[in-house]
Amino acid sequence: MDSRTVLSIKDLSIEFPLYEGTLKALNGVSLTVKQGEIVGIVGESGSGKSITAMMTMRLLGEGSYRVRTGSIDMLGVDILKASEKEICELRGGDVAMIFQEPMTALNPTRKVGKQMVDVIRRHQRVSKGQAEEIAAGLLSDMHFADPEDILARYPFELSGGMRQRVLIALAFSCNPKVIIADEPTTALDVTVQKQVLMLLKKMAAERKTAILFITHDMAVVSQFCDRVYVMYAGSLIESGSTRKVLHSPRHPYTRGLLAALPETAAPGTQLKSIPGSVPDLSKLPVGCAFQSRCSQSSEKCHQKPALAEAPQTDAHLCACWHPLTDLEAVA
Amino acid sequence: MNVSTEHPIASIEEVKSQRSKRIGYFFYRVRKSPLTLLGASIILFMLCVMLFAPWLATHDPNAIDLMKRLQPPSAAHWFGTDEVGRDIYSRVVFGSQQSISVGFFVVGVAGVVGTLVGCFSGSVGGRIDGLIMRLTDTILSVPSLVLTMALAAALGASLFNAMLAITLVRIPYYVRLARGQALGIREMGYVKAARTFGASRWHIVRWHIVRNALPPVVVQATLDIGGTILVAAALGFIGLGAQQPTAEWGTMVATGRNYILDHWWYSLFPGLAILITSTSFNLFGDGIRDILDPKQRGK
Amino acid sequence: MTPTPILQMKDVHVRFPINPDWLGRPRQHVHALNGISIDVARGDILGIVGESGCGKSTLAQILVGLLKPTSGSLQLAKQDAATRSGMQIVFQDPQSSLNPKLPVWKIITEPVYALGDRPSQQAMMDLAKSLAIQVGIRPEYIYRFPHEFSGGQRQRIAIARALSTNPEIILLDEPTSALDISVQAQILNLLQELQRSRNMTFILISHNVSVIRHMCNRTAVMYLGQIVEVGATLDVLENPRHPYTQLLMESVPKLSDAGFSSDPAEKTELPSNIKLPAGCFFKDRCARATSGCQTPQALVTGEPRQTGHQVRCHLAYA
Repeated sequence: MDSRTVLSIKDLSIEFPLYEGTLKALNGVSLTVKQGEIVGIVGESGSGKSITAMMTMRLLGEGSYRVRTGSIDMLGVDILKASEKEICELRGGDVAMIFQEPMTALNPTRKVGKQMVDVIRRHQRVSKGQAEEIAAGLLSDMHFADPEDILARYPFELSGGMRQRVLIALAFSCNPKVIIADEPTTALDVTVQKQVLMLLKKMAAERKTAILFITHDMAVVSQFCDRVYVMYAGSLIESGSTRKVLHSPRHPYTRGLLAALPETAAPGTQLKSIPGSVPDLSKLPVGCAFQSRCSQSSEKCHQKPALAEAPQTDAHLCACWHPLTDLEAVA
Repeated sequence: MNVSTEHPIASIEEVKSQRSKRIGYFFYRVRKSPLTLLGASIILFMLCVMLFAPWLATHDPNAIDLMKRLQPPSAAHWFGTDEVGRDIYSRVVFGSQQSISVGFFVVGVAGVVGTLVGCFSGSVGGRIDGLIMRLTDTILSVPSLVLTMALAAALGASLFNAMLAITLVRIPYYVRLARGQALGIREMGYVKAARTFGASRWHIVRWHIVRNALPPVVVQATLDIGGTILVAAALGFIGLGAQQPTAEWGTMVATGRNYILDHWWYSLFPGLAILITSTSFNLFGDGIRDILDPKQRGK
Repeated sequence: MTPTPILQMKDVHVRFPINPDWLGRPRQHVHALNGISIDVARGDILGIVGESGCGKSTLAQILVGLLKPTSGSLQLAKQDAATRSGMQIVFQDPQSSLNPKLPVWKIITEPVYALGDRPSQQAMMDLAKSLAIQVGIRPEYIYRFPHEFSGGQRQRIAIARALSTNPEIILLDEPTSALDISVQAQILNLLQELQRSRNMTFILISHNVSVIRHMCNRTAVMYLGQIVEVGATLDVLENPRHPYTQLLMESVPKLSDAGFSSDPAEKTELPSNIKLPAGCFFKDRCARATSGCQTPQALVTGEPRQTGHQVRCHLAYA
């Protein structure tokens, strides 16, 4: 493993036992995140992107799922085998998490300042006064004009965008090496989203923090991420630099998804939708999960295609027997 | 028009199979919980006893035989006899008719009335809602057993009056429950949609609120049957329920109390019947709640 | 030549009383809508775009009659307002907008039933079937319950329900925000087909600028309960004149370019709608604010006039 790799997931398969059969949520997911990199995972609902994020910190309810294969290495800790204590040390220390709903992540009955001081002092040996200074400094980095005022307020006195900025400041309070961000701006308005994303990017660049960024929004990925993985039905189907994946997609699904966006079509024309719907994860077909909706599918698609193991991680990979050439993709 | 459909064609058979799958899932969950299964089996057994009482009883429950007073359990009298020589086994068997039908009657009437009033109150809101809520608060602020006794005494001692008293006292609980549900359902998109069609209040209560408020009410009702049987027995015990010579478990326990030191069987068997029946309804109710509770249920 | 509008809103204000004193008299008001005037012509698809707190959802409730305006007027051309069948609505969340306890045919025909004419069960089922076909739901499916459908199919059912009374106007309140991209495309295509084949009028409320651009011929941008810019969609979204519209368009993430180009706005908070700002509502966030912004702003019509492009900013055409 490269010494600069901070997170490496290898061949992870997760399933949830159900009344009838099993729900195959992840099917052989392998990905890496290097120091200081912003890596996106993009997919529709049910693609497994959030479960991947939760698994990196083992946040799914114990006992509700089964790990069929695979391993997760986060900063040298084997997440699937680590004790609860080791994981707790990682959480909020070297690894921070930011979620979609900023209200539930803060205790509504305590002032923002007290909560920030608690978190800072849990992981760093500093006095209360020093912790308050650190908190104020972090808030002014997040472009709050008057950090002292924010520290003295209760969470409900802040708007959604302000709360998310407080949480980002909190996430950076312990100088994490990795931030897992699960749809952090989905609930925000676009003007606020832009501000939050730019601040997040700036802070991460200054501190060489890696970000694993989960989203459903292709346009946000194109603005924010260095590299991107595309997920479909619990499998990674395409990966590479953001520019390559979004501008010359090679997997038919990625191309279909991009073509279905209203911004890529001329106003008033018919949108190119992908026929059919996402397969039932408890009844996945043998082979490629996209075959029934794909115009390119053939006999060969009854075998599961894999993202080939590549020497350098920024290569443009595509799990498809009939990848599109760049020329087709542009057309 | 060219529109895409998302799934292959489905027949009526498939719809039926979907429904039987849901029922199958229900039984699967019941099977997974042994206590629920136990409760359900006892209830089923008790219902059979109640229906087939004339055939299961070995004697006429009211036949007096002074020669055979207070005899211990024997081959002729399985549970022994009482102070006038009536067969206790037969009386317990016939007593199930009183107790269980009281349970179902009270819960049925209180459930239906309470749900309707509660749903109406919750969906109307405003002053009417406030009035109904203050009324239920008043009833709920008095200990329910004391109030039931007072009402039963005021109406006069008889099984029917006891039933009426229990029902009246139970109604506010259902009103509260249904109203709480209605308040949540009122904010759902489908109720707002119905309001935009210009649907009447009655239409909204009937189509949307009652249907969706029902599952927790059903759970509560199942749990309540056991409690109601206990209260009915208690009223019988203090003489406000069924009157002699009617075979009723609570009354039997009460009379047996006078002989309890030397003739243990007299109170024991009807007491056991009360215990087992009310416990089984509680077990079953708990199980149903676990199954129907959306928080416990996966997608 | 502008066709006669089928919907006219004139200076609609809505305020909600809050913070009552001990006699129950409100001490303050939330000003949700502050003078909305707009006309909708037959066959229009009017887009209404704005961020949270701009009054979009209050406007939707006013339009379908869930709320009454505090002042101002709302007129539908088809004046059988007693039944309000002139306007139907499709909500954002197909999860909660369909009653889980009713079969689909009852859901689809509920507006007809609720309006008081009680056709036979067979007639209702036939109506449900024909509507289901129009929105791309197989007619055999109408005996099923909502939970057996995917999000996209549920939204189709909600559209079928809105069509059942043959309304003049359908109000689409964020109809695809809860859906995945590929499903969103199917629903938007369906809406366009319906609009063309029936010459329907849509009012589409959304925070998603690209959906508005794709669907609408006219667009109104809302900010703090006012329309700040209105006109032909391409004029408004490609050549925004109001500083807020400009900020909005700059903030929308685009697929084409990598990385945000301009700096983020420093002030992203809306002013309070309890104590409305004096003068222009946007002046505190506006880079171009001058002394002329201290007075309330009116909608200024630009040249050429027939395009109907109006901007609530005195600097727009200066």
